[in-house]
Amino acid sequence: MATQHSKSAARFMISPAVLLLLGWMLIPLSLTLYFSFLRYNLLMPGTEEWAGLLNYRFFLTDPAFFDAIWNTLLLVGGVLVITVVGGVLLALLLDQPFWGQGIVRILVIAPFFVMPTVSALVWKNMFMNPVNGLFAFLAKAVGLEPFDFLAHAPLSSIILIVAWGWLPFATLILLTALQSLDSEQLEAAEMDGASWMSRFFYIMLPHLARAITVVILIQTIFLLSVFAEILVTTNGGPGTATTNLTFLVYAQSLLQFDVGAGSAGGVVAIILANIVAIFLMRMIGKNLDA
Amino acid sequence: MGRIVLEKVTKSFGDVNVIPPLDLAIEDGEFVVFVGPSGCGKSTLLRLIAGLEDVTSGRITIDGRDATELPPAKRGLAMVFQSYALYPHMSVRKNISFPLKMAGLDPAERNKRVEAAAKVLNLTDYLDRRPGQLSGGQRQRVAIGRAIVREPAAFLFDEPLSNLDAALRVNMRLEISELHNSLETTMIYVTHDQVEAMTMADKIVVLRAGHIEQVGSPLELYRNPRNLFVAGFIGSPRMNFISGAEAAKHEAATIGIRPEHLAISKTEGIWKGTVGVSEHLGSDTFLHVHARELTQEPITVRSDGEIDIYHGDTVFLSPQEDKVHRFNQEGLRLS
Repeated sequence: MATQHSKSAARFMISPAVLLLLGWMLIPLSLTLYFSFLRYNLLMPGTEEWAGLLNYRFFLTDPAFFDAIWNTLLLVGGVLVITVVGGVLLALLLDQPFWGQGIVRILVIAPFFVMPTVSALVWKNMFMNPVNGLFAFLAKAVGLEPFDFLAHAPLSSIILIVAWGWLPFATLILLTALQSLDSEQLEAAEMDGASWMSRFFYIMLPHLARAITVVILIQTIFLLSVFAEILVTTNGGPGTATTNLTFLVYAQSLLQFDVGAGSAGGVVAIILANIVAIFLMRMIGKNLDA
Repeated sequence: MGRIVLEKVTKSFGDVNVIPPLDLAIEDGEFVVFVGPSGCGKSTLLRLIAGLEDVTSGRITIDGRDATELPPAKRGLAMVFQSYALYPHMSVRKNISFPLKMAGLDPAERNKRVEAAAKVLNLTDYLDRRPGQLSGGQRQRVAIGRAIVREPAAFLFDEPLSNLDAALRVNMRLEISELHNSLETTMIYVTHDQVEAMTMADKIVVLRAGHIEQVGSPLELYRNPRNLFVAGFIGSPRMNFISGAEAAKHEAATIGIRPEHLAISKTEGIWKGTVGVSEHLGSDTFLHVHARELTQEPITVRSDGEIDIYHGDTVFLSPQEDKVHRFNQEGLRLS
């Protein structure tokens, strides 16, 4: 079917989809770029004027900007560590044959289906609340002072909440990868005198390398833009303790009504995300080669 | 040393009894082949010896030492798997040295042994490649290399040649036989291919449904099969069986005659039949002769490569009287 005719027909038929996708992507991107060079404040409609690089200077010299970058990296890194390590351990556990395996596997994936706002609110009000929360209740039961998670360890608490949501995703991908490991390889290693730990580090972990790479890449994409969990729990605070880049862009454009600075922040975020992507691909991309 | 003795070994998976009580002694330095149709329990038996499966009851001793409860690594056995089970992310060198590394040998000693094994197996040029970059035969040799560096008491082979093409299989068969001659280590070899069993074994163990049907040297099994199953399984093409009136003449319920022990003639003979399919192999010709008054199955005859008999010809067959195998109603051999 690879004749000249079928090729041009294929190109012709795929073009509407490509054009639609291009428009879908390019129009918002160009508008954001355009806005980022304007003095554009929602409180002063009709006074838009060309501002050059002023918005960028304003955004990049904002002390909150560096806090936001640092918080973004901590959030992404923290969640990745928890989900990958926890995911590997949970996958190992779920790979064992036990009674009720099917039900447990479904239950494990459940948190992934809870929407971020809901899960964050449940965590905030039912677990972490220093008065009514379950953790406070447990602390009081053993005679300890209840800990106000969101006030004293706000970023760690948000990392915990987000990691809870993403752990099932990592577990599921790593579990399927683990199940695809040839059992004869493990038996051969056993015959070769490898202890369980050696089998894990020399056979299972290398086998999981590709799946772990996929988990890290996919999660990074989504974790760079964590927003709902922050909005409903700490609102970026206290101070800028939990403000990540996404939240900073939101605060600029919709809390301070400065769409111009917000757009500049958006463009900066795109560039930073691409830098992170390049670093990731350099570091772990080779695992994806067959 | 590698004398392996199984005493009253049984294995059940849940309610299914795979291996009924089984006794077997494997002498030091022997090449023993477990052969049987698929599902006969031969691989399970090998895995029991390896320690990859726990015995349900009974005892396994290796060199007089009770190994029933020992973990696989402590039994001093090495195994070559059907899928080779090479570690895909390690180079050939690392694959072969993995058991040595696990045994805690220092790198210099490890390297020395790996180089020695690679030399024996013609793998020296491939030591830094990954298994994925090797051909089937080379992977097979790496798997064998991984087994021999440990200097085990016995080698276990689980259908190691079934993934190779026919020509390579013949080669590897010779290489494994030569390896056995030079190492003089006990080898236990599982296969469903009776040709492999006949050509390689010192001792063949024929298994059916977990039972040992017969143990003996290849020629013993060929000459004196203990029952119909062994008679039909050993030898290629398989033995012809005739029951009914013709068998009664020999005072047996069934008689068996191998294709190579039938003389064929166009003019005279004892049994009359019509030639059906004839397979010309060059060195031999296998003729499938229909003799309806004897048996419904076609009778296979092995004859000269350049015989002048074709489809539809009427022929006469004469068995060599001293090569007729007689079996009773239960399928057991009558001496």
